[in-house]
Parts: sequence; structure tokens; C-alpha cells
Amino acid sequence: MDRPVMLDCRGVWKLYGPNAETFLARHGAPTAETLRAAHLVGAVRAADVTIRKGEIFVIMGLSGSGKSTLVRCLSRLIEPSGGEVRFEGRDLLQMGEAELIDLRRKRMGMVFQHFALLPHLTVLQNAAFPLEVQGIDRKTREDRARAVIELVGLQGREGHYPRQLSGGQQQRVGIARSLIVEPDLWFLDEPFSALDPLIRREMQDELLRLQARLQKTIVFITHDFDEAIRLADRIAVMKDGAIVQTATPEELVLNPADAYVAEFTQHVARAKVVRLATIMAPLGAGPFAGDLPGQARVGDVADAVERADLPHRVLDEAGQPVGQVARQAVVDVLIGREVPR
Amino acid sequence: MTALHRLIRDPRLFWGGLFALTLALSLFAGDLAKDIGAKWVMKFPKPLELPLDKLISAAMKWLLEEAAIGPLSFHAVTRFISALIEAPYLAVRGLLVDGLQRGQGSYAVQILPPLSWIAVTTIFCLLAWRSGRRGLVGLVGACFLYLAVFGRWESAMATLASVLISVPMGVAGGVALGILAFRHPWAERAMRPVLDLMQTVPVFAYLVPILFMFGFGPTAALVATVIYAMPPMVRLTTLALREVPEEVAEAGRMAGCTRRQLLWKCLIPTAMPMLMVGVNQVIMLSLNMVIIASMIGAGGLGYDVLTALRKLDIGGGVEAGVAIVVMAIALDRLSQAEARRVPGTGRGGRLVWIGLAVILATSALGYVLPFVQTYPAGATLTTGTIWAQAIEWININLYDHIEAVKVAILIGLLLPVKGFFLGIPWAWGIVAMGLIGWRMAGWRLGLMALLMTGFIALTGFWPEAMITVYLCGVSVFVAMLIGVPLGIWAGQSDRANTVLSALIDTLQTLPSFVYLIPVVMLFRVGDFSAMIAVVAYSIVPAIRYAAHGIREIDPQMVEAGIVSGCTRRQILWRIKLPLALPSLIVGMNQTVMLALSMLVITALVGTRDLGQQVYMALTKANTGQGIVAGLCVAFIAIMVDRILTAAARGMERGEAGHG
Repeated sequence: MDRPVMLDCRGVWKLYGPNAETFLARHGAPTAETLRAAHLVGAVRAADVTIRKGEIFVIMGLSGSGKSTLVRCLSRLIEPSGGEVRFEGRDLLQMGEAELIDLRRKRMGMVFQHFALLPHLTVLQNAAFPLEVQGIDRKTREDRARAVIELVGLQGREGHYPRQLSGGQQQRVGIARSLIVEPDLWFLDEPFSALDPLIRREMQDELLRLQARLQKTIVFITHDFDEAIRLADRIAVMKDGAIVQTATPEELVLNPADAYVAEFTQHVARAKVVRLATIMAPLGAGPFAGDLPGQARVGDVADAVERADLPHRVLDEAGQPVGQVARQAVVDVLIGREVPR
Repeated sequence: MTALHRLIRDPRLFWGGLFALTLALSLFAGDLAKDIGAKWVMKFPKPLELPLDKLISAAMKWLLEEAAIGPLSFHAVTRFISALIEAPYLAVRGLLVDGLQRGQGSYAVQILPPLSWIAVTTIFCLLAWRSGRRGLVGLVGACFLYLAVFGRWESAMATLASVLISVPMGVAGGVALGILAFRHPWAERAMRPVLDLMQTVPVFAYLVPILFMFGFGPTAALVATVIYAMPPMVRLTTLALREVPEEVAEAGRMAGCTRRQLLWKCLIPTAMPMLMVGVNQVIMLSLNMVIIASMIGAGGLGYDVLTALRKLDIGGGVEAGVAIVVMAIALDRLSQAEARRVPGTGRGGRLVWIGLAVILATSALGYVLPFVQTYPAGATLTTGTIWAQAIEWININLYDHIEAVKVAILIGLLLPVKGFFLGIPWAWGIVAMGLIGWRMAGWRLGLMALLMTGFIALTGFWPEAMITVYLCGVSVFVAMLIGVPLGIWAGQSDRANTVLSALIDTLQTLPSFVYLIPVVMLFRVGDFSAMIAVVAYSIVPAIRYAAHGIREIDPQMVEAGIVSGCTRRQILWRIKLPLALPSLIVGMNQTVMLALSMLVITALVGTRDLGQQVYMALTKANTGQGIVAGLCVAFIAIMVDRILTAAARGMERGEAGHG
């Protein structure tokens, strides 16, 4: 059951350098060598991304891999040199200024790496800013701002200025600001990269909590592979401006497309990504110790499976039993033996 | 061929050779030319001179009397601008100085009095209070009390009125042009050379055409002030908008801002701290110019100084000078405090009511008790006699010493250098400048230097230009000689830094005019006095950049020196100074720029340089002469700037001494 497509981008290019557009129109799909010969830099090269409603789609890459440029092409903060971006089927790149502004005001939100709060506004005013530029009256917008500030757990600090807050708190304001228009499509550009590791983890939990409640479509940018597998429904790995592989965290770990992706995945604990449905054996006659969802990650249910003397039944998303899992299979994953597929 | 090649490549040979040749020509060419009867060698032939000044004068005359676009004559445009500026100026002046009057001139009848001295002082103290700094309230209060107690109130308020009018205009114009340059690259490309020129053309040169167009009086002075104070605001606005983090602009766009909302709700507020630095600069430059513009009828404190200087009224001059200083410090510290004020601090609302209450109360009380309205003349103090006596005492007791020093420096330094520069045949001067420019930064700069020097010769201002170069050169040399060691000291010792920073801040606040007062009192008129004033005015960047250069050195470099066993002296000479050299050159560049701008003002103490030509043009309202002489100064400044910038850049690339 595929969810409807929210954002679809086909063959998106972003080249920097002299006459980038005409060069691209002439060459179609230039290689790295022809680009270098023309003194062009290929920040994003032939990127295909399909983002479905309600998923967390993570774009992962090291610095300079073009992930931030790609997300700016998707939100049209920068103009792609070529390709197609469709938002719910409408061509984003053909939209006029007014249409684009309207779309951003009603449907999109974005969180930035360095928070990008306005220094002269209080927390409340910052959060209310997107409503202010729409010309919504003060009472309405401040009521809404109070609600989102409470949602991100900053109640009591409405009158503070950004510089009086810690980094984590500032980013909560950034999140509140991006959520106030109740966007359908939510861009997060390395939102936790500028934070300390402990705070980062706390904010990731916070994001999952919010997502469980709000069910947004999320495009999340990060350079941290652990963060990516923790949050993602699907991950696109970027290198040198191109997307190397797009897959679920589990597929990525079990079947890396090339040596580059494998380098990220090899140190990831399998139990964090492998799901019960992947390691389950065919359904036997029983008896069973209990039922577990096939979507559950091995690490999360390992304790229960290991304790029980009997195997557990594995259920699919509709609640139908589809297989069983016993102690040995879980232990195999935990200690990192080759997982049979 | 190879010998020539070596001569060019080897820096020592090139610069040594150039200097030796110039010196030889300077010493002997004059006599030689006289012997063979070739007067043209030393003196640019009159028939070849370009009558540029007459052309410009004629053009200006045409502009003013005949130029028109359709029915709209140029004269009508200037009249319109005048009216536009004059109305608010008269309103503010009425508020501060004249009160509300009916009728004209001496028949005027005062209907309402101006703001009382107590009210004005209170308002400025409240402004200081708003920033939340108690010390500032005291300082501002003391400054305004000085103005009242020493009987400078009316002049000070006239000056303040000019500043209050020109600052908003300068800021608004600067921000508008800055935004234009920020948004459109073509606008920036068009503006940059104009701004460069505006910052190097001497202040007097602004006054001449404006005087011609707007006539003698406060309006012309205000126009000149606004034009003079605007360029830094334009630059800072563009720079401040560029420095806003890209993410903030993106956040604004993602929130759905229109272009206008993005500018006014995101970019400008985020750039505000830097814009306020620009406002502070506009205030200080306006004050500086308002003082100078007293020569074309701005009145106020500058006029007091000018008359005192003319009458050699020592006490009056010093007190008016101190009044300018006091006002400059008050305005500077106030605007700086406002610039540093962070949102959400300080006090607001209630202060407006307190201010209004004080205004009403003092105005009402003023009808009953006159001293509330106007500071009683009987209670004014004057230190005039003390100053006069002090100067007299110095002149009687120290005259011989001062005179000895003066004569020694004149004979030992000033006269030989003057002779050297004046002895250079003009043709060689042009070639030499071209060579220097070419050697420092390639044929482009060489050609530019050649053309600019050639222009100076063509205008017939060659001797005046050489005197400018000589006075500027000597002053910069002395300023560097004093300033660099001070800067190095400040760079190495925190205590010295605190003391010198305070000194520098004060020196930088003072309008250039003020420097003339003590100099004339002590040393009378002439080149020596001019040199002292120029050194005092231009020493600030020499100190500041030297200290900065020393402080910016990577501590690891010094540690590497210590570990290698360097003595303190070796660390200074072998590590710190070479590393700080590019910074020193930048400081020298700034020193030259300040020296040139001050040099023009020292025309008032009787130098015979280009500044004197501009000043004379001003007194005779000779537009052409003023503009041409001003352009000559600007060209000298531009050449020095480009050459020194190239030198600093070359040094940073590590080419110094290697050729």
C-alpha cells in the first residue's frame, strides 16, 4: 500500500560556474570530467527523489556532498540548473513569485542548521513571524504561537530573546516557527548538527514524538549516519552531488549499493535496523510465547524473545500472523553473524 | 639588455636607482636648465596648461543660468532642494535657538521661546538613561552643562540643529543607495568609483560648487554636510546587508515573505547593529563638516572658532574648541550606546512623558523665572583670560625652546625635503610615478599614475602639488615614527592598550578643525604648525593598525620563537614586526588619507599647497579652480592608496624582499 507522492523530483541538476544553464541544455547529462573541463562545479547531479506523504525521508551525505543544495532545490530556495520538481503534481519550477510565496505560506516549513532566528524578536514574535508576514492579526497569531511554543516545550520563555537561550532551546523556537503554519511538507536542514551530542539525542526523541503526533511529510538533512537510521523511513545517500542509493535503513545496512555506502553501514549495530519480518522463519504450529509486530526492530524486542522458551508469532501490519521468531535468530543478529535473507 | 633586466628585477637596485636619479635631477636639473635657458624643464609651460578650471567655471555658470529640461530650469531645481532642506532646518532651529517668531530679521517678534537649556539637557540625559548606563548620563549632563556655563549655548544649539537635520537625511539617503547597491550589481559598479572619489576629494572642494549653486548660508552648508557624510553609510549598508547570514534570508523566504517584507522585516533588523555603526559615523562626519561649513555660512560653534582664530582671541578659540570637543564626545558616546543597545534592555515609554513634562514645566516657569529659560549671562564662566595668560606665559618663558625646536625641525627636516620635491622636474615626476605604479602593481597602475600625475602637471598646479606631497610625506613620516612604537607598545601590554585606546577614541572623535587651535596658539602660522596639526590628526590609524598587527599574530609563531631561544628583542624584530608589516602598511595608507584631508584644512594656517588653492577658490567662489585643485588632491590620494594597497598585498603573499 503505497502512500501518495508529495514531492517528486526527476533529474535535478545544480551547476555553478559560467553559463551553467546553456551548458546543461547542450550536454544533457555531462560526466564529472566534462564538467571540470568547462570549469563548472556540479553541486547536485541528476538527483531523483520521490517523497511520499507521511514519511521521514532523510538525505545523508558528508559535507560538500550537495545535500544542502539539493534540499534548497526541492524548496526552490535556489533555482536548479535543470530537471523537474513536482509538488503534489504541480510543477514547482514553473510557479510564479506569488504562487510560490502562497505555497510557502500555507504548505511548507523549514528548520535551519544555525536556527536563523531574528535577533530583534522575542521567542513569541519569532514563532509568530510566518503569520505576521501573512498579515494575520496580532491576537490570532500570538495565540497560535503560544500553542506551538507549548508543543515544543518552551512555555514560560515567550518573552525571551534568542540570544538569551541555549542552542537546543533556540532550535526549539526554530521548530515552533516552522510548524506554526501547520505545513504539510517539513524541511529540516541539519537541524541538530550545531548542538551538543546529549542535546542532539534529546532533540531526535522530541522530533519522533512530534512526528508521531503530527504525521508530517519530512525531508531531513544530516551528515550523521546514526541520526539517519534512527529517524528515517527511507534514506538517500549522497556523494559528490549524486544520489548513490535510496533505501530503508534496513536495506541500506543489509545490501549497501557500493563500497562508499558500506563504509557507513559496517559499524552500525544490526539489531538497531533489522526488523523481525526480515529474520522470521515460516509459521509453525505453536505453541507460542506471544505476538510481536513484524515492523519491530530486533534490538527493541530482543529481550522478550530471548527470555521466552517458546518462539514468538510475527504479525504483519494488518495483524495477520506471517511467521515466527525464536531465540537463536535474535542472538544471531545481536552478535552480528551473517543474516540470512 | 640583461643589465636593464637585473635593474628592474632586483628591488634594491630598482628603488635605489630611482631615488638616486630623482635626487640628482632634483639637485642639479634646475641649475642646468637655467644655464641652457630651458625654463620649461622646471616650470610647466603656460601655453600648454589646460584651461580646465575656466571650462568648469563656464560650465557651472551655464548650468546655473541657462540649463533647463523643458520648462524646468536647473536653477529652479536648486531652489526647490533649498526649500526642501530649509523648512525642516528652520523648524529645528526655531525649536532650539530662535523660538517661534513672527516677522523677518530684526523686526521679528518672538511668540514662543525655544526649548530651555534645562529641557534640552534633560532630554539628552534621558536619552543616555535609556541605554541603561549611569556613567553616560553623568557624561552627557556634564557636556551640556559646560555648553551653558561657558556661554556657548546658542552657538552649540545652532550646530546641533544642523546635525539634527543632516543626520536623518544622510542616513536615509545612505540606506537607500546602499539597498540599491545591494540589490543590483550594476548600481554597485556605478557607485563604487564615485564613492571612492568622494572619500578622497578634500572637504573644501565640496564646498565650492555647492556654494556656487546654493549661495552663502545654512542651506548650502547642510547640502555639503549631507553629501560629505553619506558615503560611509552607503558602504556600510551594503556591507551590513551582505553580512546577514544566508540562512536568515532563507528562513524569511520560507516563511513566505515578499521581497519587501524580506528586506524590512528580516534583513534590515538583523543588520541593525552594523547600520547603527554607520549612523554613528554619519553623526560624527556631519559634526565635522558642519564645523568646517561655518565658512559658507553654517554659523554655530565653527563660526566662533573661525572668528576667534581670525582675531587671535586665544581664550575664545580654546573655549569654543572645547565646546566642539564636548559636543562631539556627547554625541559620539550617545550614538555608540544606542548602537550597542541590545533589544529587550533599557528603559522606554515612561521617559517620553518625563521629557514632555520637563519641557512644559521649564517653558512655563521660564516666563516667571528667566534663568530657567536661558542660562543667565551673569553666571557664565570664562576661562579665556586663564588661557590667554597661559599662552602668554608659555610664549614668554618657553619661547626660546619652542623656537629652537621649530627652527631645528624646519632646517633639518622640512626645508630639505621641500627642496627635494620642488626641485624635481615635472617631466621626471610624471615618469617616476608611472615607474613606481608599474613596479608595484603592473602596467595598469603605472599607466593610471602616469595619467594622473600628467593631469596635475597639465593643470599648472605642479608646485602646489609638490608642496602637498612634501608636507603630507613629512607628516606621515613623523606620525609613523611616533605612532608605530606606541602601537607596538599597546599591542604588547594590556595596560598601555587601555590608556592608548581611550586617547585614540577621543582623538578620533574630534572634528579636524579643532586641531588647528592649539597649534596656531603655540607655533603661529606656517609649515611647521601645519605639520604638527596633521600629525596629531592622522596619527590614530598608525597606532591602531600597529597594535592590531601585533595582536593578530598567531601566538604559536611567538612560542616557536621562544622555543628557538630568541631574546625578547629578537622576537620583536625577527618575528613580530615582519608579521605585522602588512598591517603597518595598511595603517600607513589610512594615515596618508587622513593627512591629506587635514592638510587641506591647514590652508587656514597659511600653507601654500593645493589646499590653499581650494581655500582661495572658496573665498573667491571660483568653482573651476576649486574643483580642479580638489581633483588633484584626490588623484594624489588615489595613487598613494593603490600603490600602498598593492604593497600590502604583495607583502602578504610573501614577495617582500624577494622581488
